[in-house]
Amino acid sequence: MLKTFQGRVIAAGDVTAEAVVTRNGFNTLASMQMMFIQPKTKCVDQSNPDLYNKILGGRALCLPQTIGSTTGGMFLFSAVESGKAPACLLFSKDIDSLAAAGAVLSDVFSKNKMPVVDRLGDEFLDFVKDGDRITVKSDGTVQVLR
Amino acid sequence: MELTKEQQALLDGERGETMAKVMETLVRYGEIFGAEKMAPVTNEYGHLVLSFGLSFLGPVFDLYQKLIDDGCVAGQKFTCDPRPYDPAVPQNPLQKLVAKAVFGKQKRYEGQLKELGILNDDSYTCTCYLDELGNTPKQGDVLSWAESSAVVYANSVLGARCNRNSGIIELFGSVAGYVPVFGLLTDEGRKADWIVELRTETLPDAQLLGSAVGMKAMEDVPYIRGLDRFLGTELNDDAKTYLKDFGAATASNGAVGLYHIENLTPEAKEQGEGLIRENAKVYVIDEAELQRVKDSYPCIWKNPNAKPQLCFLGCPHMTLRQLEDWTDKVEQGLKEAGNEKVLIPTVFTASMPVIKAFNATPYAGRLRKTGVVLSFICPLMYMDNPLCKTMNVITSSNKLRTYTSARYYSNEEILEKITKEGK
Repeated sequence: MLKTFQGRVIAAGDVTAEAVVTRNGFNTLASMQMMFIQPKTKCVDQSNPDLYNKILGGRALCLPQTIGSTTGGMFLFSAVESGKAPACLLFSKDIDSLAAAGAVLSDVFSKNKMPVVDRLGDEFLDFVKDGDRITVKSDGTVQVLR
Repeated sequence: MELTKEQQALLDGERGETMAKVMETLVRYGEIFGAEKMAPVTNEYGHLVLSFGLSFLGPVFDLYQKLIDDGCVAGQKFTCDPRPYDPAVPQNPLQKLVAKAVFGKQKRYEGQLKELGILNDDSYTCTCYLDELGNTPKQGDVLSWAESSAVVYANSVLGARCNRNSGIIELFGSVAGYVPVFGLLTDEGRKADWIVELRTETLPDAQLLGSAVGMKAMEDVPYIRGLDRFLGTELNDDAKTYLKDFGAATASNGAVGLYHIENLTPEAKEQGEGLIRENAKVYVIDEAELQRVKDSYPCIWKNPNAKPQLCFLGCPHMTLRQLEDWTDKVEQGLKEAGNEKVLIPTVFTASMPVIKAFNATPYAGRLRKTGVVLSFICPLMYMDNPLCKTMNVITSSNKLRTYTSARYYSNEEILEKITKEGK
């Protein structure tokens, strides 16, 4: 089954990756603070049962928005620049200010790319499941293959 | 976005490629949220969230070095979040060794902060807005700050205007001298999406109430009714201290950047219910709801019945009044139980200026006698040490609980544990 969604481009790029999904707010610091001592970035946020202990690095992270500490964008930038970040960030809602900062900082200053799309709609987050094959296009099209 | 001639010149590279990229970042960041213009930063000082030289944040330090090398330093001085390491805080030799490795870039980073414009060597705290620090914005001031607990306090209690900026973005605002106008910088963005009806019989623990509100409102603005029954209608020291802790929990357990307290915070006093949007959602909080929220916190200790190894109070950093009150409480608790010193190693944290003020009072000697350690450390960073991460730490900070394995208890429960129960 293939379903296509259209969102707004925050940071353009083409990528294909396996989905990992949270329906709770993604706390960037709480989730990714151990990423640099992990071979693959894993979520360590005890408060997020959707993601706890799951691999985030190289995955298509599908989320409503990010929450928590204002170090969030900085951690995202460091993750992108170090090659430890998710392959892309796909927001069902409008992107929040912390994630937006990380997305733009990475796009302007990093040698690595992390496509970011927001406004994909609640239907996107209702549909997508862990393990789905996600393809992101630079025009903000997101294909979900199951 | 419509830019002034000066702003356009920065974007066009008049002050070099790096400054142009700083401006490009701010413009793109603002445009995502519909900003149509930039506003000058009006508060005297900035505030940065990154205070720790974590070895793995190399990309950030490399970026900051590029700013320094290319002359893109802050046009305003700034304060900064707390330092990550203090030898006074209990650590075994191995933990100390690992802390030195984890924060291996601390010296380099503090050197960078001096070049970028940190106010002085005592400017490391998350409570920069306290009188002892002097970074206290006026109502209506436009800020370029990060640190979620400081931003929510500045917006809500002081009536300043600041978005929930990320680290790096806040420095960029201080460097460029402008921030994009959207969200909490606008009148419309400061209106309430939620009405919180507080119906408890007594004043709830600040960080439990803040957690409940944060988890419900997320990034929205809540208007809270019923809290003035307990806090009164004047922003005195007790009210401000309560709101400091309440706000930190709303910002970390959710993403609240501004709240209004009916009859108490500046905009709520001026505008009242005019701040509430049409069709605002309603969230009722009573004792049962607070208990539900508290019971929802997972305990990730390997042995949930293990004896606590350490207790942290002061995330965000404590005020002078809190230190004095807690000295009285700990002394009294120990006396009632017939104990001389706290039964669990306990650390109170506060900014250096507050610690200096406290040390000039008779309370300092009394607190020392109870065995409590007073430190300027950031408890969260203490627990970022992989060898401290798995320690059984207890705290009354819902912020610390959110970001670490620390276990939350109310202030009253903490007092019982450290002075009487020891477990």
